[in-house]
Amino acid sequence: MSPLNLTTEPDHLRMRSPVAPPAAPAVRLRSARLAYGRRVLWDCLDLDVAPGEFLAVLGPNGSGKTSLLRVLLGLTPLSAGSAEINGRPVRRGSRAIGYIPQQRALDPTLTLRGRDLVGLGLDGHRWGLGLPSRRRRAQVLRALDAVGARPYADAPVGLLSGGEQQRLRVAQALVGDPDVLLCDEPLLSLDLAHQRMVSELIDARRRAAQTAVLFVTHEINPVLPAVDRVLYLVDGRFSIGTPAEVMTSATLSALYGTDVEVIKVWQRLLVIGVHGDDLSGGADPHHVPIAPSYSASVRHEHR
Amino acid sequence: MSIGEILDRLFTLEGTRELLALDFVQQALIAGALLALIAGALGPLVVARQVSFAVHGTSELTFTGAAAALLVSSSLVSAGALVGAVLAALVFGLLGLRERERDSVIGAVLAFGLGLGGLFLWLYPGRASNQLALLFGQIVAVGRDDVWLLGGCALAVLVVLAAVWRPLLFASMDPEVAQARGVPVRALSMLFAGLIGVATGLAVPTVGALLVLALLITPAAAAAQVTANPVTALLLATAFAEVAVVGGIVLSLAPGAPISGYVTTIAFVIYLICRGVGTLRRYPRTSPLNPHPTEQSA
Repeated sequence: MSPLNLTTEPDHLRMRSPVAPPAAPAVRLRSARLAYGRRVLWDCLDLDVAPGEFLAVLGPNGSGKTSLLRVLLGLTPLSAGSAEINGRPVRRGSRAIGYIPQQRALDPTLTLRGRDLVGLGLDGHRWGLGLPSRRRRAQVLRALDAVGARPYADAPVGLLSGGEQQRLRVAQALVGDPDVLLCDEPLLSLDLAHQRMVSELIDARRRAAQTAVLFVTHEINPVLPAVDRVLYLVDGRFSIGTPAEVMTSATLSALYGTDVEVIKVWQRLLVIGVHGDDLSGGADPHHVPIAPSYSASVRHEHR
Repeated sequence: MSIGEILDRLFTLEGTRELLALDFVQQALIAGALLALIAGALGPLVVARQVSFAVHGTSELTFTGAAAALLVSSSLVSAGALVGAVLAALVFGLLGLRERERDSVIGAVLAFGLGLGGLFLWLYPGRASNQLALLFGQIVAVGRDDVWLLGGCALAVLVVLAAVWRPLLFASMDPEVAQARGVPVRALSMLFAGLIGVATGLAVPTVGALLVLALLITPAAAAAQVTANPVTALLLATAFAEVAVVGGIVLSLAPGAPISGYVTTIAFVIYLICRGVGTLRRYPRTSPLNPHPTEQSA
């Protein structure tokens, strides 16, 4: 498998003395291939995500967006190529990574408070009882304050709204002070106001702490102001670049192998495809040509 | 018999003081208290992981283990019950990792196991009912050795639980993020199943299959109604289990009745009270993002 346009390291990085290690990209994939049996999700994927960069990962269902996060989490091995976090091969349980999942309904009687959820993000992976300490308490409170979740820190998580739960998820992912933040559709099933609120929290954090963000999403619009680059995956093909480069009719038509139109309306991108020719085979909100508020009306169609 | 007479028969403390001085009564109380300790510590995670049916299945399948052991020697019935329970719990843990399959897996294994147990009984040449009676709660038959065994097992279960508490809590409450953080969710699942197997295998010959549910699930479900703090839930569940078991044994002494009814009743009353308190606690609730919860929940 010949790697395509393998980027070489910039010269200034190579010439650093061995005492100060070269600043590696937060995330680096080289000739990465992921296949399940004969089905190839993506191949020859070269990707560098710099510290503080916001990368949106887009594509239809089954295009391997979540699998990419699983690879970086060390949960799924690559079929070929390499994946590194901070210059080291990916491994399970890396402390350099924070992870935000989709919002899911939690049992109202789950015996867990907001502060416990965040605390588990801090040291839930360690063995033992974890006796309470002032330092731990302060760390958890700082993380809660950073997302404005202090008022419901003691409420049962199952009784909180989806937006409140996702704020706690952001705090849970950031409490360990990660260098890389992996987000798997964290806005799904949130209303528009909470979508904006959660994406602004993540955007503020990566600017303040130079955290690299990989943001898997069906829908680019809620995060569009924050996105530096887009990785668009479709059926084994992909395209990487700024939103202006990737989110064009020409690029997406080539990716989908069918006519796709990208229209900009009110600072929002609408991707309109020809139904029936959709190679993804699944419903994709990008292909629903309705008013700019469509995200609220179609979000229930997705698991 | 009038209702008054029935109540007099059920609730009397006449002679309780004398009975409490007896060795076998004290041993029964200690055994019950030890079981309540294990059950209270494991219960909240059983409720959080929604594996009540697996606990029920495990407690029933102690019968299969005991029946199989009976074919070898009647002195092995307790050991057989323990082995049966641990095996059943591990099978449920292994096959039922996927949430959607869990119920049907337990149903299938449970039916097969009980059928097998029936076959083992038929194969036994003697009168099995006497030998197996201890599966239905023989707490007054608990000897000094049994108390020591229970104490050792309780200690072991608590030590293991303490050693894996944080990742086990993480994996039970928030499995997706726990896995992403490198917590061995599957291995902890199997370990927890093993702990449930040990607790159940010890409890069934002592207090019977019925009381296993009353001890492992009812107190924890009650605690979950009144607190969201996982540590408080554990302590409350343990306290409720202790009150139910010790209270139930003491109340059953003077009437000379089986303890099951007393223990389950106390546990259920505690559960009902906690549900009431929990409902009052949950509504109304206010939060800055959700300023009108009463209007929405009404």
